[in-house]
Amino acid sequence: MASVQWRSRGRNYEAELQRCHPEGLPVEFGDYHPLKPIMVTDTKTRRGARKGSTSSSSSSSSSAPVDPLSSMLDGTDPLSMFAATETSAAASHGSSVGDLGRKRRVKEEEALGADFEPWSTKRGEILARFTTTEKLSINLCMGSDRGKAPNPGSSAVSEKVRTRLEELDDLEEGSHRELLNLSQQDYANRIEELNQSLKEAWSSDQKVKALKIVIQCSKLLSDTSVIQFYPSKFVLITDILDTFGRLVYDRIWTMCLDPRPLPDSFTVEDVNDTAKETCLNWFFKIASIRELLPRLYVEAAILKCNRFLSKSGIQETLPRLTAMIRGMGDPLVAAYARAYLCRVGMEVAPHLKESLNANVFDLLATFRQISGDSVQKQLHVQKVEVPAYLTLYSPAINWILQCVAYRAPEQLLTEMMERCKMMANNALLLNSIMRAFRPEFVATRATDFIGMIKDCDESGFPKHLLYGSLGRSLACADPPESERLTILNEAWKVITKVRNPQDYMNCAEIWVEFTCRHFTKREVNTVLADIIKHMTPDRAFEEAYPQLQSVIRKILTYFHDFSVLFSMERFLPFLDMFQKDSVRVEVCKSIMEVFIKHQLELTRDPVILNAMLHICKTMHDSVNALTLEDEKRSLALLIIGFIRMVSFGRDFEQQLSFCVEARATFCNLEPVLVQLIHTVNQLAMETRMVMKGNHSRKTAAFVRACAAYCFITIPSLSSIFSRLHLYLLSGQVALANQCLSQADAFLKAAVSVLPEVPRSISVEGKLRSSESFLLDYINNFLATLLVVPDHPEHGVLYLVRGLLNMVQDYTWEDNSDAKVRVYISALPLLAAMSQETYLYSIPKMDSNETLYGGDPKFLSEINKLCETLIGQILDHLKTLTRDEQSVRRQSALAFSLFGVLLAHGDLRNNKLSQLSINLWNLSHKHGHCETRVSIRTLESIRHQAQRPDMAHLSDTIQRLALQSRT
Amino acid sequence: MSVTLDIKLKRANKVYHEGETVAGVVTLCCKEPLQHNGIALSMDGIVNLQLSSKSVGVFEAFYNSVKPIPLISSSIEAAKAGKIPGGKTEIPFEFPLISKGNKVLYETYHGVFVNIQYTLRCDLKRPLLAKDLSRSCEFIVHSQPQKSKIVPTPVKFSITPETLQNVRERSQLPHFLIRGHLDATSCVISQPLTGEVQVDKSDVPIKSIELQLVRVETCGCAEGYARDATEIQNIQIAEGDVGHGLPIPVHMVFPRLFTCPTLETTNFKVEFEINVVVILQDDHLITENFPLKLCRV
Repeated sequence: MASVQWRSRGRNYEAELQRCHPEGLPVEFGDYHPLKPIMVTDTKTRRGARKGSTSSSSSSSSSAPVDPLSSMLDGTDPLSMFAATETSAAASHGSSVGDLGRKRRVKEEEALGADFEPWSTKRGEILARFTTTEKLSINLCMGSDRGKAPNPGSSAVSEKVRTRLEELDDLEEGSHRELLNLSQQDYANRIEELNQSLKEAWSSDQKVKALKIVIQCSKLLSDTSVIQFYPSKFVLITDILDTFGRLVYDRIWTMCLDPRPLPDSFTVEDVNDTAKETCLNWFFKIASIRELLPRLYVEAAILKCNRFLSKSGIQETLPRLTAMIRGMGDPLVAAYARAYLCRVGMEVAPHLKESLNANVFDLLATFRQISGDSVQKQLHVQKVEVPAYLTLYSPAINWILQCVAYRAPEQLLTEMMERCKMMANNALLLNSIMRAFRPEFVATRATDFIGMIKDCDESGFPKHLLYGSLGRSLACADPPESERLTILNEAWKVITKVRNPQDYMNCAEIWVEFTCRHFTKREVNTVLADIIKHMTPDRAFEEAYPQLQSVIRKILTYFHDFSVLFSMERFLPFLDMFQKDSVRVEVCKSIMEVFIKHQLELTRDPVILNAMLHICKTMHDSVNALTLEDEKRSLALLIIGFIRMVSFGRDFEQQLSFCVEARATFCNLEPVLVQLIHTVNQLAMETRMVMKGNHSRKTAAFVRACAAYCFITIPSLSSIFSRLHLYLLSGQVALANQCLSQADAFLKAAVSVLPEVPRSISVEGKLRSSESFLLDYINNFLATLLVVPDHPEHGVLYLVRGLLNMVQDYTWEDNSDAKVRVYISALPLLAAMSQETYLYSIPKMDSNETLYGGDPKFLSEINKLCETLIGQILDHLKTLTRDEQSVRRQSALAFSLFGVLLAHGDLRNNKLSQLSINLWNLSHKHGHCETRVSIRTLESIRHQAQRPDMAHLSDTIQRLALQSRT
Repeated sequence: MSVTLDIKLKRANKVYHEGETVAGVVTLCCKEPLQHNGIALSMDGIVNLQLSSKSVGVFEAFYNSVKPIPLISSSIEAAKAGKIPGGKTEIPFEFPLISKGNKVLYETYHGVFVNIQYTLRCDLKRPLLAKDLSRSCEFIVHSQPQKSKIVPTPVKFSITPETLQNVRERSQLPHFLIRGHLDATSCVISQPLTGEVQVDKSDVPIKSIELQLVRVETCGCAEGYARDATEIQNIQIAEGDVGHGLPIPVHMVFPRLFTCPTLETTNFKVEFEINVVVILQDDHLITENFPLKLCRV
């Protein structure tokens, strides 16, 4: 079979199409589309959002290219939803005791309601806020000082051994340790160590030691030596107390496991005697603790254990402990002790409100002490200013008031307010009231509060903090409409006078939200101007980036109309304050994100375009060699989002020049360039649509300009496949727009780039063979070549030959059939080219069919080409006989060539017919063919043979044997 | 070969009253069968009196009076000599808690010079070459509730420099006024001592306010006696410069074992007192003493 004569089978595509669709069932696009449900909900939400925006809807709704994937992700993302269910599952699962305890805890917190802000959220805040650079000390004294007395008979033991023994004893009876000169971090570490040793002692059954650790820790709370650190110290140490309380409770709980675990709502009768006795022992032990503070804290820590002893235990203990705190002389220590008691109380018995109220009233009664001599003396010694000292109270008082205010009736809150007035408008208290009470409550009385703030004693507590707290409430709840402007004016009058930029910024940041919520761009602009005025001197903004960022965030939440946003004179100058690169990019990104999410209509507004270009340029310019790939991708995505929103409507030329400008601006981000090329191609196609396919001289020039834009942009891309695809796409666009020479250039360029394709490319970070991508691409390319008319100056099928030559020269992988596969897939193209009428063509474009009009010379060229290809393929097939693997490949290749021959070759020709039979046999020779496929193929041939023009197939079929059957 | 011997009482709190039965089990744990010469159980109640070192010389004459006073004593044989199978063996027992004659079963009390203690003791006799085993276990006796009803009578007090006795230089005393009350001085032992203290004014800041519980133990007889007051516990109820005019609660739980209903016999007495101690920041110590009468209801 050295030379094969190729004859393409004549095809009547229309008749074939009709045969394939006897009923001619058209797909009803309007009815069903797999992606449709998403689209529908999408437009719905968009509608809703649009109502809020002020811009008129000029363009159709379909024009907003919101990424459906990102809009799907709007809600809770599935992973975090998973995590949530997992934790709840973990909580509900598990029969071990620890789990049981945890489960109970979860339940009880639920009883408190989700709207109660738990302590855990405050914890971190306090730790971050109250810090110190001063040296701290821990003074631990376990048991009595007896150990310090010289041991009789110890003279026999050498000094060294004795110290070593003492070290071993460490936390044991009588040891006394004083750790000095600890930094804050050291201190926290030490406390954590104590927490660990508490757990260890507990698990090794050294209950007394555990209790001692807890007592020593709570004793540390009476030490106010580095007072700025006190709130954080409180947080650290109460963690230990909580641990201890939990351990004791869980232990007693486990004692009641026999015969079966206690129900959640157990009563005293369900508890057995041993457990009761143990519990009672704890209380007796604690009652004999000498010092007031540890006795109070430790008893509060195990308050919950009262449930084992009596029904009314907690109810009786809480008021007693509350009263006990009166014995604490230091008002700060007392306030925090109250906070702890309230915290435990809320956790264990949220329904007992009386002791909470009692705590507040006692607290108020101790306010006088703050200005008392002992406190003042202490402040003087520690060199702490009164305002700073007062802020130390806020976490405790805030917490207490939050507990009190939780689901409290209105009149209680009013009463508190009155009391505050009676206390001569104590600023500290007022601040906490505003922080702790429901924002709605505060908001409706905002004017009253402003009056009270005005009347406040100026010394002591800074007013900007008060306004800050008020602003925080007003940000979540709305004051009466009529008062809003006065409130803003009053507040801003004070805020603007704050000297310290940091204080000013903290306060201003809060009030921006109120301003954005209720007022128009004019007021926001004024506020921004004021912020700029305050923050620019001495580059104060450098210290306040987080706050400034939050200002931007708040503005963006309320202003979605970017034409309004950018028409604020001060907005861009405000952005200019972000001078640190990372922060600036961060801000730009957040603006872009909002833009992409909320800009629904294509825009040509020069204000928006200029501002956005500026912002995008900032983002783009932040890219450097060190930028992470992910970062680049997200930046590119944002910029692309912007480019997609730009449309100059019918003014195509302007759009093109925008693209030119954008290309210059965003040259470092490849995905953006790709998008620009797509945009320009789309532009060309839109032009074509507008002209209904008939370009005028002007539009023809324009589309050529578009092609030129693409042609010079593509080479700057580094990704070879992007380049290839874009060449092909642009070539197709050029063809569609009757720009023949441009199309030729694109395709030629593509062919010339092909040899550069590396054998492996990295896909999602993994190195993968490029072969399959390349094959796909070439097939796609071949399909396009059908409609590309030959260049008059080059020979027949110049591009096809070029491509095939390139395929031949390309260094394919060893042991790869890729080349032959290309050849096999080139055959259908050539067969299609030799038809009288082509399967498809481009309107108003003459393909080879009309160019050559079925010229026999042309046909014989094609046939020659086919014969060469088949020769090549057969040669390759011959080489595939070495091993099992290659035999398998041989069979597959032979079968696909057989398929091509069957579909595209004229099998009336004896040689071809013989060849196809040979191929069939070859593919079945080693039994690697799937029988099912073979049977289906035979059936299909049989079916075709029934048609009059294909009758010759029945001969062929006779000679096709199914090997596996025999 | 290891054997462990243990006594377990039925009641978790180990508290019994006169007339009740002390019941429990002796548990024996051994790996192999154990040969023994009998297991004996005994119950004893003893008052131990001790003279403080400072009065020993004076009272040697009354040596007799410091002999331990037995209150109750009985013993039984829990098991005859024989063999105990390997594993865990439990031998239940019961003792009636009834005093002989006209002796009174005083309440358990652990003091310094007076100790009233009830124990169960189990002895396992073993044949030659093996040590006898023994184990004892204390149980607690609470006396019968008193019939008479106690009506709490609040005791008010007010401390100023003028009310103080035993002052060295009255002129150097800072000015202060501390008022307060105890809800009762005859207290139920199972209930806490309660009351209030209030600092009305004080020129020198307060350093600390404490409650000191004191036991007063008297040993001896008609011929002479030794009376010693020692501290049981000291509870701080105020620390630092407390706010003036704010009532501070007085609250003290009577510790178990270390307190008992006030006791007066021919040979010894156990009484209790409470001291309210106010320490000023210049280390002035102001004490107000209240004798207590404890009882059980």
